Parts: sequence; C-alpha cells; structure tokens
Amino acid sequence: MLTISNLHVKLEDEDKVILRGVNLTVGAGEVHAIMGPNGSGKSTLSYVLAGREGYAVTEGSATLEGEELLAMEPEARAAAGLFLAFQYPVEIPGVGNMTFLRTAVNAQKKSRGEPELSAAEFLKLVREKAKTLKIDADMLKRPVNVGFSGGEKKRNEILQMAMLEPRMCILDETDSGLDVDAMKLVAEGVNALRGAGRSFLVITHYQRLLDHIKPDVVHIMAAGQIIRTGGPELALEVEANGYADILAGGN
Amino acid sequence: MALMQGQKDAVAARLAGLPAPAASGWLADAQAKAEVLLLAQALPTRRDEYWRYTDPASLVAAEAPPAKRFDPGDEVPAFDGIDRLKLVFVDGVFDPEASDDPTLAGVVIERLADAGRVAGHWAQSLYGVLAARGQTPVARPFATLATSRARDGVVIRVTAKAARPVALVYVHAADTSDAVLHHVVKLEAGAELTLLESGPGAARLTKVMEVEVGEGAAFHHIRVQGRDHDRRAATHVFAHVGAGALFKSFTLTANGRLTRNEAVVDLAGAGARAHLAGAAVGDGAFHHDDTVFITHSAPGCESRQVFKKVLMNGAVGVFQGKILVKPAAQKTDGYQISQSLLLDGDSQFLAKPELEIYADDVKCSHGSTSGAIDETALFYLQSRGVPRPTKPWPKTSAAGRRAGCNAMPRGGEDDRHHRPSGQLEKPPAGPASPPGARGLGTLCLHPASRVPDPDLHRPMAGRGT
Ligand SMILES: Nc1ncnc2c1ncn2[C@@H]1O[C@H](COP(=O)(O)OP(=O)(O)OP(=O)(O)O)[C@@H](O)[C@H]1O
Ligand SMILES: [Mg+2]
Repeated sequence: MLTISNLHVKLEDEDKVILRGVNLTVGAGEVHAIMGPNGSGKSTLSYVLAGREGYAVTEGSATLEGEELLAMEPEARAAAGLFLAFQYPVEIPGVGNMTFLRTAVNAQKKSRGEPELSAAEFLKLVREKAKTLKIDADMLKRPVNVGFSGGEKKRNEILQMAMLEPRMCILDETDSGLDVDAMKLVAEGVNALRGAGRSFLVITHYQRLLDHIKPDVVHIMAAGQIIRTGGPELALEVEANGYADILAGGN
Repeated sequence: MALMQGQKDAVAARLAGLPAPAASGWLADAQAKAEVLLLAQALPTRRDEYWRYTDPASLVAAEAPPAKRFDPGDEVPAFDGIDRLKLVFVDGVFDPEASDDPTLAGVVIERLADAGRVAGHWAQSLYGVLAARGQTPVARPFATLATSRARDGVVIRVTAKAARPVALVYVHAADTSDAVLHHVVKLEAGAELTLLESGPGAARLTKVMEVEVGEGAAFHHIRVQGRDHDRRAATHVFAHVGAGALFKSFTLTANGRLTRNEAVVDLAGAGARAHLAGAAVGDGAFHHDDTVFITHSAPGCESRQVFKKVLMNGAVGVFQGKILVKPAAQKTDGYQISQSLLLDGDSQFLAKPELEIYADDVKCSHGSTSGAIDETALFYLQSRGVPRPTKPWPKTSAAGRRAGCNAMPRGGEDDRHHRPSGQLEKPPAGPASPPGARGLGTLCLHPASRVPDPDLHRPMAGRGT
C-alpha cells in the first residue's frame, strides 16, 4: 500500500534536517503504529506524505499503491486515497462544516470520475456517520473546527475520514485530547473502517489507543529515523520503560 | 454652496445625454422638481466625502461607456426555478411582450408612466419623496438624477400577502445603453411581498427604488446583479419601515466594472427591523461599493448589515455603512459587519463604518475586517481533496501574504468597536462568520468549487443572469 524508502527531508527555508532516511512499508489491510519521542519527526513524516509546503525532500521516495506520491498536489494524493487526521486540526472560519465535507467528498468523487452525491444522499450519509461518532447537528452547522473542543476536533477528523473512505489513513496523535469515552468512539470509528484492504499508520504516544486499535507492526522513530520495528509488544515495552533503552540499544 | 461652472456643465451634459422627459401629469411635475434639485446638488466628484473611495467619473460621463454582454453559456438564469411574476425591462424600457400578465392576487402593478397620469394616485405621495428625505444630510445626486429622468419603472401596491414573488428582470441589449429606472413599492399594513431583481439592465444603469413598508408588513428583496464585466450601475433603495414591519434585502454581485449600491433605510415605527446583506465576488477590473445608511428613528428597532466580498487580481471593494440612532430610538439593536477576503496583494478593501448615537439605551456594534487567505487552511482543504484553483489563488509566500495585508488598510484594518459580547451569536441575514474571521469564508462562491449549501438561499447559489 504505502512504501517509504530512504526519505530525507529538511526545512525548505532553513538548513534544519528533520527526516534522515525513513524506511517503512505498510501492506494492504495492515495497521502500523509509529511511536517516538517529541520532536523526532513523526508529524513531519505525515505532513510530507500529505504534501504540505515548507519541506524539501532531498532524497528518497514514497509511493502509494505504486504511484509516486511526492510529485502530486495534496488534493491529488487525497483523491488517490491518502488521508491525514491532523495532530492539530485547522480552524476555517466562515466555511460550514457541512459545506466543507460535501465539497471534499464531491471533489474527490469528481476527480475519480465518479458521480457526485446529491444533497439528499449526502445529508443522509453524514447524519448517519456523525451519529455513530456522537457529533451533533450543531457541530455540523458550525464553521469547520471553530470553537470546537480538542476532543471535538479529533472526532471531526474521524468523521471526515469516515465520509471520504480513504485507502491509506494516517492518524497523527488522534488520541491526544480525547476523554476515555471519546477514545472508544474514535477507535470504533477506525475499526469500522478496517478491512477491505484499508491500511492505517497510527502515530501515538500511548499504548491505550493501541488497546483499542490493535496494530500489526510497531515502529519507533527517533531523530528522523525508524530505529526499531517490532510487534505489538514493542508498544508495551515503551509504555513500561520509556525510550531510554531503545535509544541506547538501537535496533 | 455655489457650484462651479464645471459642475453645472457636467449636470447639463449628463441630462443632455438622456432622452428628454416624456412624463405627464403629476409625474412630470415630480420629475421637474427633481431636476431643479439635481441642478443645485450637482453630480459628485472624488472630492465628495462619500465618493472618496469610488470614482464617480464614469457614472457622471455624458455617455455610457460601452459594455459587452456576458455570455452565460448554459448557466441557468437567476431565480429560474421560482414560480414568479416576471416583468422584463430591456435597456431600461419595459417590454410587455416578454413580461407576464401583471395580475396578481393581493398586488396591483402599474407602469410608472400610467400611474403618473392619474391625478391623486397613491404613488404621487411617495415618488421622489422618500428619495429626497433620504438625502439629508448626505446628497445622493444619482438618485435625484433617476427621479428626474426615469424613463420607465413600476409602481407596486401590495394589500395582502402576494401570491407569488414579483421578479424584475433587467436585460442588457445595446453596448452603450444608458438606462434610468425608478420604482415605487408600497406595502399596506400586514402585507407581504418578495421582490426579485436580476440582470445588468444596460451598459450603465441608474436606478431608484422607493419602498414604504406599512405597519407589520414584510418586504423581502433579493437581487442578483448582472454578470457583464464592463457594466456600470448606481442603484439606490430608499425604505421607510413602519411599526413592527420587516425590510430585508440581499444582493449578490459577481462581475461589473463599477457598482455602487446605496441603501437608505429609516426605521420609523417602533419595533421595525431591517436586514441588509450583500455578497460580491470580483476578479480584475471590478469596483464594488456598498453604501448603507440606516436611521433608527423609533424605539425598539433592529438593524443588521452584513456585507462580504472576495477580491482578486486588483479588484476593489468599498463599504461605507452608517447607523444613526436618534434620541427617541431607545432600545435600539444595531449591528454591522463588513468583511473581505483578498486573494492577492493587488486587491483592495476600503471600509468606512460609522456610528452616530443620540439615545442612551442602545446596543450597537460595527466591525470591518479583511484578510488574505490562510495557507494552513488552504492545505487542510487540499488534504481533503479540494483543489486549489490555479489562477485566482496564487501560491503566496509568507512575504507575499504580508504584502497582501498591507496593501489594503486605509481604514480597511480591523477596527471593531463597541462590540458587546453575545452579539456575534446571532448573526443576521444568512450564514455570517464572526468578525475577525480570516479564511475561506467564501469557498462556495468560487466557480471552481461551488457547492450549493443547504443553509444558503437557493436562488442565489452562484447563479447569474
Ligand atoms: N515548519 C517547521 N519549522 C521549524 N521547525 C520545524 C518545522 N516543522 C518541524 N520542525 C521541527 O522538526 C522536528 C520534528 O517535528 P515533528 O513535529 O515532526 O515532531 P513529532 O515527532 O511529531 O513530535 P510530537 O511528538 O511532539 O508531535 C522538531 O524539532 C520541530 O521543531
Ligand atoms: Mg507530532
């Protein structure tokens, strides 16, 4: 599904190098988790995959189902099936959440040459999905993320993911800011999307999310590299002992 | 104030450029009276206080600058899906052939010239009267011009709830047409009318609409101005709103070389309400000016002004909005917001919000903001698959964005005052975002990503004429 090879990334306007040769392969239907200390480059990796400006790829590549991602515009990556749930979802004053969702869903359908959803079809779908995530009608009417609580923003990300039905989902610390019940809701939302060959890359600091969303593979990122890869037990090790041993021992 | 010879000559030339007055009866007298007033007022120049941001030269010029007609392609005409009574004007002249039979339950519609011949006609007490009253303390010479030289117009009297909306369709035919229209609308107590207006009207359109809204009556006005790129328009709405009555007006403007929309509203009876809103999208040679003057004369009235613009490639937006609260108008609730989104550093937004308050128990607020597009928000949209339109939304560097913000001020900066908390929770007409909003508030207006929003007024969802 997603193959990242020897990815080196620096800031475009500064000499700061952030990613120093990331290698990662997520197979179809797999769930991978990335853990790692603050500032190790996890969000940067997700932004570069999604196509955010401000970063320069100096070496390496990333492909989604064989297609070279890094040359595409962000919207083309989305249409190709990539989705990033932001660590810090962006507020867009003046654009209603519902308008935003409908624009996004139909833009993707259009670019894939599929028929757009009618207003009625869209409403039915969004109401249904919002209900399972306990997102009320008021939140759908308000401007995108404006005045949403931290947890509401994260649930809104998952709603977007549920509406867009991407093939490759990257979740950047979707669990942070969620209360226990919201975490379950979000995990259920994610689990509902599992299967059908859909893959996930879950960035998190805590084991508790992984209790709900069981990963197949766990990676540890430090200083811009994946320094260790293992099974679910690796997350438990981090939870128990922190990163000190792993950082000292390497892979 | 003594007029300069040049100003007198300009009025004479402008009048000479129009067909000679042809009215009879009381209308002829009213038009002659307006002409005398116009000669005293003279036509504006950029030195006039309310024309500093908008150059009136092409509205003053003796001949209308040419304007090509917009080719709508397969675009559906505005209000097409609405069951309405259509009255068509071609280059400012009523076209009975193209119009519907003007019989409508609860409504009496007559052509201005016909009403003008009937002594003691109800319109006589309003024609030019509301317009003249709305010119203290600020003269509005193009309104006086329209009153004095209106070639056509309708007078509409509404006695009950109108069975259907009345739609005035303004067709632009000749490249240099110069249309002058004057309508009068009177809603009796408790009556209700929706008036739709669409189309450019002419290469240059000068227009007045006077509206008397009787006690407890409701007047809804929805307007879509024509799409012709080079058309020019000076339009005026003068409204007198009675006790417990409602006056609502929304205008959508896309394209137009020069548009000056003035609205002068007097909330004259206790508990009257006026909601005025406008959305304008300008690309390139586009100058759009909303000038609004709302007077709270009676207690317990509510006024709302919400004006939004998206400007790119050197387009200019102007907002001049005033709320005047007279001593008797206690418990006034007035709110005004104007916002513009500048998509590049060439575009400009000039705002002049004013409050003048003589009562003490008053809740009034105004605000005006403009901003460049937010790159992070744009990336967020793109990451969800919404394309970045190639031409109008250039990728701007941080420096470019700063330049964009700096280019606009001259009163265009954020200058919110007197904003009581709680005001923003009840934005008036349509989906308004709070003051200070920076972002893609007008996402759905861009042709490339236009999406009908269930919350938006259907008839205005981006259609043109
Ligand atoms: N646009 C930027 N400008 C300056 N520094 C940046 C920028 N983007 C990332 N960095 C730096 O790159 C490093 C990696 O940041 P990143 O956000 O990817 O870390 P992270 O692993 O997601 O951390 P966290 O766990 O705290 O979310 C940090 O030192 C950060 O300060
Ligand atoms: Mg991060």
